[in-house]
Amino acid sequence: MEKVVIKTKKETPVAEKKSSTKFSKETYIKWFESMLLMRKFEEKTGHLYIQQKIRGFCHLYIGQEALVAGSESVLRREDRVITAYRDHAHPIGRGLHPKYIMAEMMAKVTGCSKGKGGSMHIFSKEFNFFGGHGIVGGQIPLGAGIAFADKYNGNDNVTLCYMGDGAVRQGALHEAFNMAMLWKLPVIFIIENNNYAMGTSVERTSNVHDLWKLGLSYEMPSYAVDGMTCEAVHEAIEEAVNRARKGDGPTLLEMKTYRYKGHSMSDAQTYRSKDEVKDYQAQDPIEKVLATIKKNKWMTDADIEAAEKNVEDIVAESVKFGEDSPYPTADELYKDVYTQTDYPYIME
Amino acid sequence: MRTIEFREALREAMNEEMRRDEKVYLMGEEVAEYNGAYKVSKGMLAEFGEKRVIDTPIAELGFTGIAIGSAVNGLRPIVEFMTFNFSLVAIDQIINSAAKMMSMSGGQFPVPIVFRGATASAGMLSSQHSQAFDNWYANCPGLKVIVPSNPYDAKGLLKSAIRDNDPVIFMESEQMYGDKGEVPEGEYLIPIGVADIKREGKDVTIVSFGKIMKQALSAAVELEKEGISVEVIDLRTIRPIDYATVITSVKKTNRLVIVEEAWPLGSIATEVAFKVQKEAFDYLDAPVIRITTADVPLPYAPTLIEASLPNVERVIKAVKEVMYVKK
Repeated sequence: MEKVVIKTKKETPVAEKKSSTKFSKETYIKWFESMLLMRKFEEKTGHLYIQQKIRGFCHLYIGQEALVAGSESVLRREDRVITAYRDHAHPIGRGLHPKYIMAEMMAKVTGCSKGKGGSMHIFSKEFNFFGGHGIVGGQIPLGAGIAFADKYNGNDNVTLCYMGDGAVRQGALHEAFNMAMLWKLPVIFIIENNNYAMGTSVERTSNVHDLWKLGLSYEMPSYAVDGMTCEAVHEAIEEAVNRARKGDGPTLLEMKTYRYKGHSMSDAQTYRSKDEVKDYQAQDPIEKVLATIKKNKWMTDADIEAAEKNVEDIVAESVKFGEDSPYPTADELYKDVYTQTDYPYIME
Repeated sequence: MRTIEFREALREAMNEEMRRDEKVYLMGEEVAEYNGAYKVSKGMLAEFGEKRVIDTPIAELGFTGIAIGSAVNGLRPIVEFMTFNFSLVAIDQIINSAAKMMSMSGGQFPVPIVFRGATASAGMLSSQHSQAFDNWYANCPGLKVIVPSNPYDAKGLLKSAIRDNDPVIFMESEQMYGDKGEVPEGEYLIPIGVADIKREGKDVTIVSFGKIMKQALSAAVELEKEGISVEVIDLRTIRPIDYATVITSVKKTNRLVIVEEAWPLGSIATEVAFKVQKEAFDYLDAPVIRITTADVPLPYAPTLIEASLPNVERVIKAVKEVMYVKK
């Protein structure tokens, strides 16, 4: 499948300043452009859902973009990523062109999962994105297992296994943490702590509110990270990735983040205040990255406008691709269930 | 031909496949240092080492998910459940991950994995350790389900299961591991989804599979003494089911008894009976009878077990009933 390339024309800045941080101009621009694409794509997704062009359950990533952007600036293409059902941004971060995600959500045969998965089951083998899983916490042992295979095969790939704050209350987490540490698997467990498991706040689900502490029972290196800041995410992931690549095993990172939208598209959000949402929006990761870019004069206003235009074009292209694509025909029904092509289905 | 135990046939299948393909590994509780709870994996740790014969903590949900994750990333795991009673804590991963990932990824992520272990009753173990979930797994698209009845079939089918690129449930029995049977020295495969006529006959067809096949075959021997010729079909695979072999036989004998060690509602017997009435309605000379485990959790007392499980007497009675033979 096609890779997404954001082609912003870079004019030579008037006076290029050296970064005040360890990160390069290119990294900041990449963060800005990729997060902007995730944001605009998700905003469009929300609109299309209201118009019923996207159906099923649909969970938006708006507000949490720094987690994917800050992680992907560390990863290699051959590293692996798996997550739950809030899964539109991760494959974009991996490099998959969002038109395949849009077509999938519109249930079209050109979608990355041929219209068989929908919003919650985005997959891309080509970009090492392992889904897209609908049972809360189910992806945690799977992520450990993906890492198990890489260790078994003797390569130094790492697996990033994302989960929400709700998933940490599942038993699967504890079994996977235990074995990941026992076998020193190259996996990084990332809690996207956006404070709410659907409508139930972290405080209402357990006596333990510092989720990173859950790793301590297994003596796993465990940290809390500012998930609204790309720099902090990148640094934490980099340290964890280095540990995993060296064969020193897993890390647990509790990324403190926030989703601006509801749990899913059908969420009235009675469990939180508008002020709370505003407080988090004031720390918006895209605005923060843009401020650094502007301060350092790495992009001119024209550059920024061009980037925004480019992202809008990619989103528009994605919508058009989805709308122009056909639904799968009925002959697709008995395909892809088994690898065996002549499996004798019961058809009556 | 040489004779070996059922557990040895399974071990040979795993050993041969692990020698053939580096990506195959065995994982489960007590499979390595303990040499297997039922000694199926005896000696495998010594041959293949701890990288490929892996003891797990008692955490079926976790290690099942880990094995499935490794399968979607290039390995070919064999997961041993000490018994399938314990697979219930892992059933989310089996149904929602192993059986679904191929389909919901549009064919991008096949899951080549085998889940094997003992199913159904095994003596006076009471209700939590005596359950046949064969039909539960067979109900789920995306899986294949094999339940062999003798060492020869077990070896050939397990080798096919390990080479298969789809997830396979492979069900054995504590009460079969010591069974001896003829198994040739050389390598052979038995295809998944093909039933086997274990005994030819002309008066009645008995369809069964797995451990309870023994009751069916013993009944056939007894009935022959009374002049009743019974054809005994071993399904061997219950997803997919080889309906054609059953239908052909029923068209010949015109009478059918199905023997299965599961609860009656929604059993494989129910499914086979449905298919036969649909495909061979005009050939039936008597209503189909099914013999299953009683519709209760299996109790501890031997008298209650006797009253619960399919046995030779019940099979003989059923055969006579479909033949309208009195006594």
